[in-house]
Amino acid sequence: MNFDYNEEQQLLADSVRRFLAKDYGFEARRKIVASKDGWSPAVWAQLAEMGLMGLPFSPDHGGFGGGAVDLMGVMEAAGDALLVEPYVATVGLGAQFVARAGSDAQKNAILPAVVEGRLKMAFAHTEKGARYNLAKVEVQAKKAGSGWEITGEKFVVLGAPAAERFVVSAKTGKGLSLFLVDAKSVKVKPYVTLDEQRAGDVSFSEAPAELLGTEGGALPLIEEVVDFATALICAEAVGAMKFACDTTLEYLKTRKQFGVPIGTFQALQHRMVDMYVSYEQAKSMACLAASKADSPVDAKDRARSISAAKIKIADNCRHVSQESIQLHGGMGMAEEMKVSHSFRRLTMIAQQFGDAEHHLARFASL
Amino acid sequence: MDLNYSQEESAFRDEVRSWLKANLPQDLRDKIANYDELSRDDLLRWHRILAKQGWVAPAWPKEFGGTSWNVVQRYIFEEECGFAGTPPLIPFGLSMCGPVILRFGTPEQKKRFLPGIYNGDVFWCQGYSEPGSGSDLASLKTKAERQGDHYIVNGQKIWTTLGHYADWIFCLVRTDASLSKRQEGISFLLIDMKTPGITVRPLILMDGGHEVNEVFFENVKVPAENLIYEEGKGWTVAKYLLGHERMNTGRVGASKRELAKLREFAGQQKGDDGKPLIEDARFRDKLTRVEVELMALEITNLRFLDQMRRSGQPPGADVSMLKIKGTEIQQALTELSMQAVGPMAQPFKSVANDPDFDEFTAGLAPRYCNFRKTTIYAGSNEIQRNIISKMTLGL
Repeated sequence: MNFDYNEEQQLLADSVRRFLAKDYGFEARRKIVASKDGWSPAVWAQLAEMGLMGLPFSPDHGGFGGGAVDLMGVMEAAGDALLVEPYVATVGLGAQFVARAGSDAQKNAILPAVVEGRLKMAFAHTEKGARYNLAKVEVQAKKAGSGWEITGEKFVVLGAPAAERFVVSAKTGKGLSLFLVDAKSVKVKPYVTLDEQRAGDVSFSEAPAELLGTEGGALPLIEEVVDFATALICAEAVGAMKFACDTTLEYLKTRKQFGVPIGTFQALQHRMVDMYVSYEQAKSMACLAASKADSPVDAKDRARSISAAKIKIADNCRHVSQESIQLHGGMGMAEEMKVSHSFRRLTMIAQQFGDAEHHLARFASL
Repeated sequence: MDLNYSQEESAFRDEVRSWLKANLPQDLRDKIANYDELSRDDLLRWHRILAKQGWVAPAWPKEFGGTSWNVVQRYIFEEECGFAGTPPLIPFGLSMCGPVILRFGTPEQKKRFLPGIYNGDVFWCQGYSEPGSGSDLASLKTKAERQGDHYIVNGQKIWTTLGHYADWIFCLVRTDASLSKRQEGISFLLIDMKTPGITVRPLILMDGGHEVNEVFFENVKVPAENLIYEEGKGWTVAKYLLGHERMNTGRVGASKRELAKLREFAGQQKGDDGKPLIEDARFRDKLTRVEVELMALEITNLRFLDQMRRSGQPPGADVSMLKIKGTEIQQALTELSMQAVGPMAQPFKSVANDPDFDEFTAGLAPRYCNFRKTTIYAGSNEIQRNIISKMTLGL
């Protein structure tokens, strides 16, 4: 048993952390969030340069053949910096489908471009009224000549405004299937999300589509990839929680009321301790999620562990974020404080890829 | 024991309810229902409608426009306002500065300030908190130096709610810094916001909204006649205010309304199984727990009112628990509303001003963010616990 990152993983996590500390400070991030597209091509290029785009892809396509565990340190650093770049959408979702189900031609066309930072992707799946039910897809794909055509609408597609290629779920005569669709053939209604990322509703009108993987029976793959992405945001949550805990602890030590630091009050000390315990528990579950995402020998075991992790992470995201604001008093409510932004990200992670209740039901059913 | 309202009280409730139904303007009703931001005019319009009816300041003495309602009637009125979804009455004039002037003001001050407060001609804000003085209010540093018939005020206030709308601000200021007891040497001063030297700077909250401000005072000249009560006795005034009008801090009416709305809303949302979310046992149980909490709060609130009515004494330290429970319920409701929409809670702001963008759904998560303030403001819930611990339990 060994919970430590190996030397390579640690070095990578450290260098990402150093880069983000230098070039992705709170002020730099604020400018990126306020920019027209809400992400930074310069940062994206730098992340690619550091090898982060290729980390979980095969060396055959220029990657490093890593997995979720290799991405953990990166995602923790991203959580700490509150990274808003469409990294999970591309590396954790879109390109994962290609890597796992694509033909050689599709892999060759897409993965090297992703690895080199030339291609951004998104996974268009959620439909209105589906909530977190991954099986619920009504959008249809029809045969058209040698390819396919998709018509319908997908909602809250993470990273949609920046994506150049979409992986889209749709029903065919044989059931749930996956397709590749070029961004030029779709219409995106872009918005900023609560956590200051970009997402959009995506509509398809006889959009030319290319089958990805086999026709029908795509649900297990969708679950596998969404579990993978869930493991990533669990690690991201750990980074954001760490920031929230550290900055709150610092505040308790420096903010004085009644002539003493407020951290001398036992009522607040115990609450700080509970936050810290929440963070440690979350970290443990993020380790479990990443490990299981990497060894999908038993899909049921993977799904159970990742749901368990997400339940804990969702609850602890709420606990840590809420307490981080409360213990900051009014200052925590201020937009100018980074802690109010980690609050927003943690709030959304709790509800992304299934909230605690969704995963409770899933866990109990497995 | 009889937990029912009397016939007279029920009749009073009916009267208030039908009056509100007839007199709450539809556009204001809609704004509240949609969680839209209320403008200064919206707030004052509702204030003036109530003033015209003579219901804007029920607790004031009859001669200044009070209603002579007893505490139960006042509670019923406020509950019905919450239930109807009226705009809030901004408390700074009506429930704070007004009662202070009524209790401590000179006849001239009463004549000068009370009509403007009552009629909604003057918008007031509160200058208490400072960057270094939140829960520990007595550590405030904003200085007022007496020079002839004026005070010269220098310093900074923070978290000044609606300060950008305000005509006047009531402030706690330090008039004597030489005293060893910090509560001494504080004075209660009324300041015209148009006085040269005052700067109001917005403090944007985490949901992106502008409701609070920083207010800076630089050599602001305030006539000495604007001092309330005696110089150096401001803490007595502040303490009086703290014990005043705290019977509706639970906001039972508004929370009942939000709960009913959430129940209906959750009926329109779909759960993972495609059935209405309200039929999902996990969601329904969470909602029901909040409902039961709210019932417990309501009955506790009524029990305190009953004690108050019969003893004739102002509410004690225990009303702090109404604030604790009431704000926790408000937060739980906003959290459940956000959870009710599942993945749809993520959209926040349309990039291209899309007319189809669902502003209501997109407003739920920011509302959850915004409501985190409720356990912090008006004496944080930690301070409320300190009050019970010290005053009731003697710890």
